[in-house]
Amino acid sequence: MTRYAQRTGARFLGMLQMGGQIVFLLCDVIRCLFRYPIRFKLLVRQIDFIGAKSVPVVIITGGFIGAVFAAQCEFQFRNLGMSSAVGPVVAIAMCRELGPVLCALMIAGRVGSAMAAELATMKITEQIDALRSLAVYPTEYLIVPRFLAMLISMPILVGLAILCGVGAGYYVAVHVLEVPGVYYWNNTEKFTHDKDIWIGIVKGFFFGLIILLVGCNKGLQASEGAEGVGLATTESVVDAFIIVLIANFFFTFLLNAIL
Amino acid sequence: MSNASLESNAAPLVRLDGVEKKLGRQQVLRGVNLDIRRGERMVIIGRSGGGKSVLLKHIIALMQPDAGHVWFRDHDLAQLNEEQLVPIRKETGMLFQNGALFDSLSVGENVAFPLREKGDTNEKEIQAEVERALKIVDLPNQSHKWPSELSGGMRKRVALARAAIAKPALMLYDEPTSGLDPVVSDSINKLMVRLGDELQMTSVIVTHDMVSAREVGDRIAMLYEGRIYCVDQPKVVLESQDPIIKRFVNGISDASDAIF
Repeated sequence: MTRYAQRTGARFLGMLQMGGQIVFLLCDVIRCLFRYPIRFKLLVRQIDFIGAKSVPVVIITGGFIGAVFAAQCEFQFRNLGMSSAVGPVVAIAMCRELGPVLCALMIAGRVGSAMAAELATMKITEQIDALRSLAVYPTEYLIVPRFLAMLISMPILVGLAILCGVGAGYYVAVHVLEVPGVYYWNNTEKFTHDKDIWIGIVKGFFFGLIILLVGCNKGLQASEGAEGVGLATTESVVDAFIIVLIANFFFTFLLNAIL
Repeated sequence: MSNASLESNAAPLVRLDGVEKKLGRQQVLRGVNLDIRRGERMVIIGRSGGGKSVLLKHIIALMQPDAGHVWFRDHDLAQLNEEQLVPIRKETGMLFQNGALFDSLSVGENVAFPLREKGDTNEKEIQAEVERALKIVDLPNQSHKWPSELSGGMRKRVALARAAIAKPALMLYDEPTSGLDPVVSDSINKLMVRLGDELQMTSVIVTHDMVSAREVGDRIAMLYEGRIYCVDQPKVVLESQDPIIKRFVNGISDASDAIF
């Protein structure tokens, strides 16, 4: 019993500590943004890694989720004679929830983990100390380009996931399940508003921020040795995604009220 | 003769004053006092795991002491934050034990890093300087390679070129000759002497290599149980009859050292 309480307490303290570290990291990054010139070469390299190289997985994720969601909806709505209502349901779900959340999952797995692993390796091989010894502030050199690249890339990737989901949903409903295309598209346009798209994009922006801060923090705080790198990598994905899911709940209500 | 003896009465470039450091549960440094004079080559010897690298990291504030002060010129490094340390670190260079080359940059980019950070923009001059530095460490025409393609010794030499290319006032070497063959070790020793003599660089060299200590050092300090046990001319230290120094210098283990 005591051990259980101790372990829960340690977990809770660990979470608080991580929260504090993340806030400090964010403040440090924002301060560096104003104090140092932006390193465009590094920024472009990070946009290529975070953004461009993520495009295929995001297309596949968005496309297939949109496709199966449209199919499942059609199977149910068919009995009610409401097949053409599948369009707006798919579009709104993709915009508001599925697009940003699933995109965040893929980016946490592909980019967040890579960031954590790279920074943790740099830490244990003294590369971060080497940067400091060469009079370079590590946050400015390592984190700022990743931060900017993530904030630029993530909303675009979410937009792409939404587009692919809606497109794939249309294709499956209209060409495979033979829902009348005109009604499908008319209903989609009628019930999907700019607000829905904005909710997705804004969520994507904040999810990107969460993935970046958790991934970088895990990397920078990694303990020594190969085990430390492995742990930082795994935890970066799990923690980032848990925070994304919880944040998503609050964003859903908040953004619905604001936008 | 180096400048050390000429300026021995001048204010030291680096002064360690009662530096204490605990890592985990281990008290690594227990009050280190040491002055490093301008232009001298100070060799620090001591047992493995005895805190030599930790001590070295305190000199450019890569680690902060739990107690005590580290003075660099008139600055108390323990009072400065990471950003205030940037201008001070522009005057220093450090060779890390395993090189610590940046994996994401090629050998040439690694060596050019301090020059680009300093604000040099003339690519032609940078390339010429990089080639010259690589030639000095006996690695000509290797700038296109990646750190992962190099052996441990080669990495260390590239790291030396990177640390020294901006001609810092203070160079710190963390085991510069470990893992190198005797010929390359000798060339590194000569290079350390040359950098010191020609550029009036002050050097702090952490090493286990007694040949290197003898050849390079103006003074040798021995770190023992978290404190500086002795500081003196190489000849005095290496020929000392003190049992602790003698055992270390001659590499004689105690029976108790050999028990698993």
